[in-house]
Amino acid sequence: MDVRSQISMVFHLDKCIGCHTCSIACKNIWTDRKGAEYMWWNNVETKPGTGYPGKWENQDIYQGGWQKNGKGIELKGAGKPKSLTNIFHNPNMPVIDDYYEPFTYKYLDLIESPPGDDQPTARPISMITGEPMDIKMGPNWDDDLSGSPDYARNDPNLANLTPAEREAMFQLERMAFFYLPRICNHCLNPACVASCPSGAIYKRGEDGIVLINQSVCRGWRMCVTACPYKKTYYNWSTGKSEKCILCFPRIESGQAPACMHSCVGRIRYLGVMLYDADGIEAVASADDADVVDRQMDMILDPFDPEVIASAKANGLADSTIAAAQASPAYKFVKVWDLALPLHPEYRTLPMLFYVPPLLPVVASVTEVDNEEQAKKMNPVGKVWPDSWLYDTTTKELFGTIDDARFPLKYMANLFSAGDTTQVSDRLKKLMAVRLHRRQITVGDLAESTVKEALADTGLTPQTADDIYYLTSLAKFDDRFVIPAAHREQAIEMMEFTGDVRGSTGFGFENDTAKRGA
Amino acid sequence: MNALNSFLFVAFPYVAVMVFIVGVAYRYRQKGFTVSSLSSQFLEGKQLFWGTIPFHFGVLVVFVGHLTAFLLPRATLAWNSIPLRLIVLEVTAFIFGLSMLIGLVALMYRRFSNARIRAVTTPMDVVLELLLLAQVVLGCWIALGFRWGSSWFAADLTPYLWSLVRLSPETAAVFALPWVIKLHIVGAFALILIVPFSRLVHFVVAPLNYIVRPYQQVMWNWDRKTIRDPNTPWSEARPRNN
Repeated sequence: MDVRSQISMVFHLDKCIGCHTCSIACKNIWTDRKGAEYMWWNNVETKPGTGYPGKWENQDIYQGGWQKNGKGIELKGAGKPKSLTNIFHNPNMPVIDDYYEPFTYKYLDLIESPPGDDQPTARPISMITGEPMDIKMGPNWDDDLSGSPDYARNDPNLANLTPAEREAMFQLERMAFFYLPRICNHCLNPACVASCPSGAIYKRGEDGIVLINQSVCRGWRMCVTACPYKKTYYNWSTGKSEKCILCFPRIESGQAPACMHSCVGRIRYLGVMLYDADGIEAVASADDADVVDRQMDMILDPFDPEVIASAKANGLADSTIAAAQASPAYKFVKVWDLALPLHPEYRTLPMLFYVPPLLPVVASVTEVDNEEQAKKMNPVGKVWPDSWLYDTTTKELFGTIDDARFPLKYMANLFSAGDTTQVSDRLKKLMAVRLHRRQITVGDLAESTVKEALADTGLTPQTADDIYYLTSLAKFDDRFVIPAAHREQAIEMMEFTGDVRGSTGFGFENDTAKRGA
Repeated sequence: MNALNSFLFVAFPYVAVMVFIVGVAYRYRQKGFTVSSLSSQFLEGKQLFWGTIPFHFGVLVVFVGHLTAFLLPRATLAWNSIPLRLIVLEVTAFIFGLSMLIGLVALMYRRFSNARIRAVTTPMDVVLELLLLAQVVLGCWIALGFRWGSSWFAADLTPYLWSLVRLSPETAAVFALPWVIKLHIVGAFALILIVPFSRLVHFVVAPLNYIVRPYQQVMWNWDRKTIRDPNTPWSEARPRNN
């Protein structure tokens, strides 16, 4: 057993309101630079939709990720033979038009235009050439456009849905969508690392963050092809590739990543997970049907004495093990089995997880006798002075899930390599928690119904309350649990202390500090 | 005239090679961030294919050809001793030289006609492309007009180049060459000279290590296993990330 730790994020999609605050926080800190204008290390997509870059999930176009090759796996569009023979021209490389041409507006024209017959306008100009341009795409161009023929209907995840299922999804009355925030998945079997001819990309042992060493990167751009999530970006100005760094300078100083810290819906949870690195290759080579379960099996129980002993033998600090035990990510992913990785079929073993969205549940608005209704409720329940009830109860216990406005198959294409039971198991749990809490706060459900729902999904009322707490009430410190970066090790991250023993400070990499004349 | 010849074929080569060695070492160590060619495939990919592929494969073959005549002159002459083999060699070399020329023209057309590519073009890129164009045109001209290059290179130029390596220049043969070939030689050393100052430096970091390294790379700040063992001196394990 080779125990390593990974800082892992869980996204609770039911809570995401699609406000893009995370994207802006990230942009302001990291990618507000020349050559990086088009990069969104964090972006939020409307699903169903084509996303950013357009149709990124269609690997027939982008050739990202790993594919089965007999018993093992190989990179689909890169790898040793392909990267070296395509070194002069990478045929599987997306171009900037697949993302969008970055633009700004000539705002000064509004102020500085000479007097004339026409109102001055701020024309859009390209941030690459500076020339006036027509804006054809943006980072969230298909925002909220579910059902649109150009975007939603071209979602690659609809591939194996029947025409009838697709039509049902996009009927005007039933139309629905949800948001999918995406950052780098900091995979266990990262395709970008494997594809880098220069060896500039690496995974950090302590926390699993995948980084590109900018001084070693030679701009061969194979990582852009290899990442199936299209989360490595080529900076056209510096000639280097860049990617989400999980805000490691913030994490090392005990702060949450910018995207997480700014999240309005508080949908993000960050915590440590221990995993067995011995299994990476075997799990990545598993059959499509097993890959989710096998990945879950790799994640180790941080309370198991054997795991703790191997972790310590592997050099993990006690604080890391303690953080793993209190990790909200571990609870969502392993203890409660509520979260799934995004597109596990790409076989990179992504270590960010998503709680699939239950919304929108099918509901009806019925007219009720308000007084009667009020009587049924316990003191916690709130009664509005009207006679309409937004009723989400169904005769069949999990009717709303099998009958959801999103076919389970669609969700399964996103989160479980097409296995609908993985998704429905998790949605049923979410539904059971909801029924349980409705019974407590509103009280208009039969106790037997709730018991049946909990029993069906294997939850106890206590667990359901815990899930409810972490979902709805959790404070920042419950959602963000990472070990301290030890001061002495934080220094060693930058310099080998032995080299500067006896001197003051750490000096400068290239030049000495200039002081005075 | 003799002074000019001495400068171009004795002093200039030494200056060029010294600047190349010192410049590349300095740039690699001190400005490692800049050691690459600024790829513009992300801004324009289709036209690039028709330029970069013929150009680079042409360069590879032509460069290896010159290198072979330099390193193995006897073998080259022995190969050329049968006319058919000589013609095969010369025709092959000329085809790849043409491929270089076609590729370079396509690349230059792309660089000057596409607004996006113009935005990432530096003055040094233009200098380099013009120099390369002159060099390739001269090379093709020599291949057509001064036969058979592979043989007289091995017989005349290889001794001259080795005499430079031995630090006792023998220049009689070079001084007597036609001016076209002289220009080609000076152009070659000029190209060597500007490697540290241009995007040409990327050939130094051809990613050959990729062939042998494992796919996945995990780096630790510190060898924690060793650090936890009280019997190891603390200064023994160096972190691998600096």
